[in-house]
Amino acid sequence: MNVELCLAWMLRFSELVDAEADRLTALDAAIGDGDHGVNMRRGMQAAVAALGESPPETPGSVLVATGRALVSKTGGAAGPLYGTGFRRAGKALTDTELASAAEVGAALVAMLAGIQDLGQAAEGDKTMVDALAPAVSAFEASAGEGLAAAAEAAAKAAAEGAVATVPLQARKGRASYLGERSIGHEDPGAASTALLLRALAEVTTES
Amino acid sequence: MTVGIVLVSHSANLAEAAAELARELAGPATAVLAAGGTEDGRFGTSIDKIESAVAGADSGDGVAILMDVGSAVLTSKALLAELDDGGPEVRLVDAPLVEGAIAAAVTSSTGQDLAAVVAAAEQARGMRKL
Repeated sequence: MNVELCLAWMLRFSELVDAEADRLTALDAAIGDGDHGVNMRRGMQAAVAALGESPPETPGSVLVATGRALVSKTGGAAGPLYGTGFRRAGKALTDTELASAAEVGAALVAMLAGIQDLGQAAEGDKTMVDALAPAVSAFEASAGEGLAAAAEAAAKAAAEGAVATVPLQARKGRASYLGERSIGHEDPGAASTALLLRALAEVTTES
Repeated sequence: MTVGIVLVSHSANLAEAAAELARELAGPATAVLAAGGTEDGRFGTSIDKIESAVAGADSGDGVAILMDVGSAVLTSKALLAELDDGGPEVRLVDAPLVEGAIAAAVTSSTGQDLAAVVAAAEQARGMRKL
């Protein structure tokens, strides 16, 4: 992954968030405070604007700049969670100009660790971790087949992980106050995480 | 110089009212600053608002941050992770916002250090009312 591909990934993520914002907000309205789509759209628009104003020179700095914009501009819990995740992923790539599939995998591992350090969520808590953790595992298992294949495997695992949050009872965030009434709804954070991995799969397949 | 207090809430009004109450009980020696809501006036949390409140509350003896829930906690933790060494000493307090703010501000007003302020605020978590 070079800097152009990483920029394309962020741009595509922003486009998918924009296109799916209403669905994300509807999911959040069912068990959260109903602003996830709006917040993610605002955050990613700010990230894309920041990337355009001062174009980074490495994939790692693209992710760090995206994280900084998300933590400042998103508003809800997703801001610090995604923001920390992107920054940790970007730092894991250091100043490399061309990240291998294995290095992108290590960055995704760092993203997951950053999100879990901050949010203290485990798999099964009905959060974005339920999409990201299986995606990271799938990516690493397929990294030997190249970036596009690994990204495709990760996107599939993330989408399945998001859908698998439907029968779970939330143990984190506002939804956890709902107890059993949180069962039967897809977690909005897991849904937006699935979009992040789908964006990666789409841009790596096109490149 | 006393320990500064920053109150982080999803609601600008809630943070400011809690700060006003703590200031009233602690007196003028302690800086209690509110960092509630987003920069554009919505419910939510702004890392930039928290950062500037920390800078405003610090008088050299450090700052204790109290949060309500959710993104207030996560954003405060994210700020702590990115603060540079050499800046003000900042501690997050695991305590109820209003009760903790009062305990922290009053303790600070007596000139005690950051560790004592944090300990006093965290005692508020277990304090029974009835």
